[in-house]
Amino acid sequence: MSENTNILVVGIGGQGVMTATEILAEAAIAMGHDAKKTEVAGMAQRGGVVSSHLRFGQRVLSPQITPGTADVLLGFESAEAMRWQHMLRPGGITLMNTARLVPPVVELGLFDYPEDPLAEIRKTGNKVVAFDATSIALELGDIRLGNTVMLGAIADHLPFPAETLLDCVLKRFQRKGEKLVELNRRAFEAGRAAVGEAEAALA
Amino acid sequence: MAAVMPIPAASRVLLSGNEAVARAVWEAGVKVAAAYPGTPSTEMLEVISTYPDLYAEWSVNEKVSLEVAIGAAYAGSRAFCCMKHVGMNVASDALMTLTLTGVIGGLVIAIADDVGLSSSQNEQDSRYWGRFAHVPVLEPADSQEAYAMTLYGYELSEKYQVPVILRMTTRINHVKSLVEVGERVPHTGAGFKKEPGRFVMVPGNAGKRIPLMFKRDIELRALAETSELNFIEKGSDTRVGFIASGPAYMHVKESFPNAPVLKLGFSCPVPFEKCRELAALVDQVVVVEEVEPLIETELKAQGVNVIGKEILPLQGELSPNVLKPAIARLLGESVPENGPNGRSTAAMPVFPRPPTMCVACPHLGVYYTLSQVRNLTISGDIGCYTLGAGHPWNALDTCVSMGASMGMALGLDKGRGETDKDKRIVAVIGDSTFLHMGMQGLLDMVYNKGNVTVLLLDNRAVGMTGGQDNPGNGRDIYGDTAPRVDFAKLVAALGVKEERIHKVNPYELPVLFKTIRDEVKVPEVSVIITDQPCVLIKDYHKLKPFEVIDDKCTGCGNCIDVGCPAIHVTRRGKEVKASGREVDLAFVRIESSVCTGCGLCVQPCAPNAIVHYAPVSPIKLVGKGCGA
Repeated sequence: MSENTNILVVGIGGQGVMTATEILAEAAIAMGHDAKKTEVAGMAQRGGVVSSHLRFGQRVLSPQITPGTADVLLGFESAEAMRWQHMLRPGGITLMNTARLVPPVVELGLFDYPEDPLAEIRKTGNKVVAFDATSIALELGDIRLGNTVMLGAIADHLPFPAETLLDCVLKRFQRKGEKLVELNRRAFEAGRAAVGEAEAALA
Repeated sequence: MAAVMPIPAASRVLLSGNEAVARAVWEAGVKVAAAYPGTPSTEMLEVISTYPDLYAEWSVNEKVSLEVAIGAAYAGSRAFCCMKHVGMNVASDALMTLTLTGVIGGLVIAIADDVGLSSSQNEQDSRYWGRFAHVPVLEPADSQEAYAMTLYGYELSEKYQVPVILRMTTRINHVKSLVEVGERVPHTGAGFKKEPGRFVMVPGNAGKRIPLMFKRDIELRALAETSELNFIEKGSDTRVGFIASGPAYMHVKESFPNAPVLKLGFSCPVPFEKCRELAALVDQVVVVEEVEPLIETELKAQGVNVIGKEILPLQGELSPNVLKPAIARLLGESVPENGPNGRSTAAMPVFPRPPTMCVACPHLGVYYTLSQVRNLTISGDIGCYTLGAGHPWNALDTCVSMGASMGMALGLDKGRGETDKDKRIVAVIGDSTFLHMGMQGLLDMVYNKGNVTVLLLDNRAVGMTGGQDNPGNGRDIYGDTAPRVDFAKLVAALGVKEERIHKVNPYELPVLFKTIRDEVKVPEVSVIITDQPCVLIKDYHKLKPFEVIDDKCTGCGNCIDVGCPAIHVTRRGKEVKASGREVDLAFVRIESSVCTGCGLCVQPCAPNAIVHYAPVSPIKLVGKGCGA
């Protein structure tokens, strides 16, 4: 069903990829869409590859995004953003964290980490916007804010207002106090601004 | 898990298939729910335990969980049991006779097939059990159906006094979609009534029950023919019609929106007439089912002209990117080599990222040590510690089924070939796996005078599935205190000699190394129990993190061989030894923000380059092991 929006969120186990996708799904539902969210995770809790699929629209049938049909790819990690490029449709966009998380198999010298994943993605001709979500989170005082920074990053690339997504993000932190709500609001806006600036620089 | 207020009826909520089943179990008034954790089924019972008004338990294995549920159903209460696909292999002994007695209170058994092998050792099709045990199988296609079919399963179960299998797959269990939930209807059990002719399955009684089972088969097939769960959707493109069940139905609808489809929700017994009805509407029929050609084979035997696995794979999911080209080829249409938009859908080459053990995992010390001891054959088992087969340890040689490390170690010992005569046999098993099905194997090993060193890795949790409680950690599913197994006493009771039982801290590498090296030399059964908790459960306490003094690091790489994901290479080099041999150097740093100070990497570091981290400003540790 071509009228559906397909969002692919990728990263590694433990980064909060699945939670981020779930919040995106909640926002889509708040807008009155049907939505399905699925991932290949399983053993991913142990630092493996995670790719989480979100499809929403009037009615969603298959929960899986067919390769070549993703509208947006939100990459929590550089090499992972590269790994899933084939999922994007022509004209689709990658929004990626420049963080590099190097697995033990690379440290052991068995495989190489790509020199410059961003450049590799650019070579495909796919549109890509890169930003350092991890540093933004650390500047705000807590690496765990990275997840909210990433959601802010995608906020202006959705077929609904950024505020709807922000509301869904903040709802998660309401019970944990105003301070955390405020911190996440800032993280969200910082992610949004980072992508805005990076896009302006590309234009 | 603590009880929470259930979501109000008539709400539309985003639920996984597992959460949807849990909700339905509660609404159906189920009194007893039991399971052993296993991906992708685990969350069903975890979520059930958050609902009030029922009893939930982690059982020691799937067979016991089914037996608990059978007892409750005999007592007239509604009961629920769930497991991953391979769990039913364990539980089937009970199932195959349960089908003769039937039930009083409704019993739904949810079986989660790991189609696509996200976290399993095989990809078996649980719908076979419906045929083998002569029980109905319901196959949901999304969360809403998983919810509705669970509720219907209780009606069906009580009306025909038969256990009902709800066959799910990973793409149902773990997909979140909208579900409209309803009210809970309390159910009062009738109480157990003695009926030996029915509940005591001795040959004389069982023989009388078998014809009733076959009679029930006929009734259930007639019911499937008229069931609302089996329906035909007409379509304008009659070149191919589809018979589909489970998530494959959604993939068919996505791929061929104009094709006629027979959706089988009540898929066993197969409604043959309904299938013939579809066949009459179309030029040809394709059966789309994951994994085995069960419906297809039965239809062919009935003389219904269908195709299926001739053009579709016998393995993995039948998603649109599999279905569309297969049907295009069948119709003689050209299949674009590339994806739907004419672009290459080949993935860019990127290194693999296999699952790893967590930072500071107590198993790291065990596998590092095993990788340093020569001449071992290591019989492995199922859990996080199966990862020991990977880099850098390569210290696990077999993995077959839950508890198999024990019996297989004995077989490796007794069946030694000439080339293995000096090999030492080691078995590695986790606490929960040992209690699940390993105890019997150890007893067998002791009884038959085996020569095996058993490493019982007690990390006080079912680690791989998310750290669930078990009889080894003294907590029940609700987190309440429960009797705790004393593993040393347990293995002693099974006959292991007291002097062959050792409790070792797996973070103390020299002690662990010496204990393993000494015990493998003793030609009888030894058990070495490691006693430190999983880093993801509350029993684990973080210590002060470490860092590497760069000037002192010699690049020897010994610390990397521990396999901790917090250790990263900063630069590589080469050194020519006095012998003239060239060796690779890898200088390292420790990601101190995730290091929890276990000290494993400190021990093999010859130049003492690893010291406690002295931060310039306070740092914040991330919550869980592998975070970034």
